[in-house]
Amino acid sequence: MTKPVVIVGASMGGLRAAESLRRFGYTGAITVIGDENWAPYNRPPLSKEVLAGDVVSHETVAFPQRAATADVGWVLGHRVDKADLAHNSVTTEDGEVFEYSHLIIATGLRPKRQVYPNNIHAGRHIIRTLDDAMGLREALKPGARVVVLGAGFIGCETAATARKLGCEVTIVAPGTVPMLRPLGTELAHELQRRQEAEGVRFLMKRSVADLVGESHITAVTLDDGTELPCDVFIEAIGSLPNTEWLEGNDLDISDGLLCDHNLRGVKVSGGSWNNVWGVGDVVRFPNPVFDDTPRRVEHWNIPSECAKYVGNAIATDSTAAPFRPIPSFWSDQFEVHILAFGLLALADRNKLVEGTIDGDCVFEYYRGDKLVGAAGIGLRSVVQGYRKNFES
Amino acid sequence: MIKINVDMTKCQHYGMCVFEAPNVFKLNTDDKLEYTATAEDSEQGNVEAAIDVCPMQAIFIVD
Repeated sequence: MTKPVVIVGASMGGLRAAESLRRFGYTGAITVIGDENWAPYNRPPLSKEVLAGDVVSHETVAFPQRAATADVGWVLGHRVDKADLAHNSVTTEDGEVFEYSHLIIATGLRPKRQVYPNNIHAGRHIIRTLDDAMGLREALKPGARVVVLGAGFIGCETAATARKLGCEVTIVAPGTVPMLRPLGTELAHELQRRQEAEGVRFLMKRSVADLVGESHITAVTLDDGTELPCDVFIEAIGSLPNTEWLEGNDLDISDGLLCDHNLRGVKVSGGSWNNVWGVGDVVRFPNPVFDDTPRRVEHWNIPSECAKYVGNAIATDSTAAPFRPIPSFWSDQFEVHILAFGLLALADRNKLVEGTIDGDCVFEYYRGDKLVGAAGIGLRSVVQGYRKNFES
Repeated sequence: MIKINVDMTKCQHYGMCVFEAPNVFKLNTDDKLEYTATAEDSEQGNVEAAIDVCPMQAIFIVD
């Protein structure tokens, strides 16, 4: 009997990969192995509407299951900690070995953590998993003093949600303005202004030097010596790819899993594996929409785009056309709704092309003369119209 | 025929669905989402794709 396609990672990327295999006609066995106990669920609401709700439950974020994937074997609550690509197998922590015909790597990211001299844990939070969100929701009581470390999208969205729940919220971050790299100076400043108007405090160009408290955090100490009272400390300082389990194989995992134009795992020894594939934000891939530089792209649509490509490649053996997704992202913070296409972080300049910065507006982002992205607050149809600029 | 429902309390009118199933979804002149409540069976694949790309996961096929 043919061995199954084994998908490691049971979040959106893993689910979409299984669905895509079926959609493109693969009829063999599929096994999906994931370390969380929950069936695949949607993560973005965890910092936004789900966190703002009265109850955080799996039901509110679970992806619907489809008839086509009813026979997929789900192995949940089991972490894969070894892979032996030369022998086409992976092994879980509890020693179970899974042999594969094709391996799809979709293990995603985990939040970076800080280590402090007084490294107490009670009162500290991250936000990546459903369990994280459930724990944080309990702590976000009206009047709670919340310090968010990090001013990226997750930090700013979580801050907005905590503020809406009646918390006193301060963002501490090393940069000059929040979300600078993905949005550029003008939009970043404007978002800070709108957050501040809602009562979120920003302490930029600052870091947290230590935590104060014995059994539970009572304050944080900043690098300039200031002590900020704190009941809830949220670390939102970026992510690390989950690739340790792939160590010892002929793969480049120096910054995520390096894949080629067909999302095949690249061998350090040269060439690519013909049955090892990457899906989602664990992958570093080149995108001919922009250039040949492999990058990790932490946008929500990337896992699904990868899954579509890899499912087709395995089911129909077609890898003629390179993988060339159009990255897109959105963010909801208070009443501000941002939508963007492209890779805005590549830009060296941007320009306002519609509306006004203090209302609805659209910016174009350029690297040299080449359009690399567009982003807007409101004005959906205009922003959606930019998608065609990146199609082949 | 398939029946489609969009939870308008979740929908933020991002319009990602419009690209996947233009016969079913559109953004009106006010940039608000409009959709047809029923569609031909041949739209099933497009509507499933629209469900997949919806940032708010607000689209459902009703049995």
